[in-house]
Amino acid sequence: MDGVVLALGQGFNGLSVASLYLLAALGLALSFGLMRVINMAHGELLMLGGYIAYLVMKAVPGTAGLLLALPAAFAGSALLGAAIEATLIRRLAARPLDTLLATWGLSLILQQAARNIFGPIGVEVRAPAWMNTAVAVGPLSFATTRILILALSVVLLAGLALLLTRTRIGLLVRAVNQDRMMAAAVGVDVRRVDMVMFALGSGVAGLAGVALGLLGPVTPTVGQSYIVPAFLVVVMGGLGSITGSTVAAIILGVFTAMVQIFVDVSVAQVLMLLLVIAFIQVRPQGVLAPRTRALDA
Amino acid sequence: MTPLLRLNRVCAGYGQSQVLWDIDLDIPAGGVTAIIGRNGVGKTTLLRAIVGAQPLTGGQMLFDGWDVSGQASHHRARAGVGYVPQGRHVFPHLTVEENLSTGLSAAGGRGDGKIPAYVFEMFPKLDQIRHRKAGVLSGGEQQQLAIGRALTGMPRLLLLDEPTEGIQPNVVQQIEAALQRVRQDLGVTIVIVEQYLDFAWSFADRYAVLQRGRIIREGDTRTERAEDVAGLVSL
Repeated sequence: MDGVVLALGQGFNGLSVASLYLLAALGLALSFGLMRVINMAHGELLMLGGYIAYLVMKAVPGTAGLLLALPAAFAGSALLGAAIEATLIRRLAARPLDTLLATWGLSLILQQAARNIFGPIGVEVRAPAWMNTAVAVGPLSFATTRILILALSVVLLAGLALLLTRTRIGLLVRAVNQDRMMAAAVGVDVRRVDMVMFALGSGVAGLAGVALGLLGPVTPTVGQSYIVPAFLVVVMGGLGSITGSTVAAIILGVFTAMVQIFVDVSVAQVLMLLLVIAFIQVRPQGVLAPRTRALDA
Repeated sequence: MTPLLRLNRVCAGYGQSQVLWDIDLDIPAGGVTAIIGRNGVGKTTLLRAIVGAQPLTGGQMLFDGWDVSGQASHHRARAGVGYVPQGRHVFPHLTVEENLSTGLSAAGGRGDGKIPAYVFEMFPKLDQIRHRKAGVLSGGEQQQLAIGRALTGMPRLLLLDEPTEGIQPNVVQQIEAALQRVRQDLGVTIVIVEQYLDFAWSFADRYAVLQRGRIIREGDTRTERAEDVAGLVSL
């Protein structure tokens, strides 16, 4: 009986970790699917979201602060993302290795900037008091914060799905994704679509930053600890596929939580990496067949 | 009268290899011009250069008097350049209706934001299959879709790259009939790249022969005989 309770509890923790991985990975998946670029500074967009949450919730305590922090973090990270797209990514888009290097350099600069402004030690986001509770279901207890983060990622996924399938910009994004040259030839401003999607993905990273801030201290390197699993999610999900990324995030999140019943966190990370390596040996196209231009060819 | 499209010593190529050399070409408004020539002489590159998918390495291009040489593809599309590429390039994971409505980006303020009714009148088949994914359609259906998508953009100039290539004869007839309508009823100027001289001669008013990236002959299909240029085109 204890074993079942433990497994259910870890299963929930796994879904909670999965939702964080997914929030961190969605922006990467969007920009990779559309532009085939890898933004190494994506983790710092998470970090920015976390610091914005810290500042907003310091100024406005309680639930109102949280409700303000979410749009503020989204907007802040989206703006920074748009600036990164316009200054670095767009100019280097044809040279993937240069993009990698330049955004990595930017990531170091942003981390140092955070260290200079907020200090090297983490800051605590003051969550509303009611969030430090837990919901008890029989012998199980679920942290309210984690339930909220899970809900946030479900809402975001649904929102993104609606945006991509039901709106004009979503249609144009899919068109650009499938055939960039042809999309331009039918009058779509592909660079604007790139920028909107990059900003959107960055904004989602900002929201992920708020979620991280609710769970632990925000440090200059907080993004770094989530960026590797986020990359793993994108790779395992089939480079750019949103549905694939979701499935991959759940697999990896639940897997790490489950193995943590038997081993410590570091070993769990190693096992997760091994799982992904083994997985892409068997299924290099990811959990779902990719629907992206570069891999269609 | 100023031509709808004027190419002035246009050069283009891929990396080190130049494909188009000093192309001078005037496309008058309202007519049909056939670009003919053997495989690999630069016909497709010429259309890509007009659309903006292929940057110029030299020369100048005027669309309705406007210098579009350095303009991005979508600006040209919005100004009225429609493109039906070789291989059709439909968006495979979008439905027929979604594919058509991407064309509305080009129509912009000129249209009413809806797919024009004439698209479905010309290609009734598209209406029947409007909710199917373009990737699963037959070649003929995809070609009708590619032309319909270009027409949704309400172009003034329609560029067609071998629209009848690899398509079954009864669909070819339908496409021909639709293109006649595009020209007569909609008054759209057409530039068509064509391998088959007979079709080019029956459909076009003017022709230009490309050879090794240069225009070596141009003229009027109404006053000249196809046999006279056949030697320049046949393999």
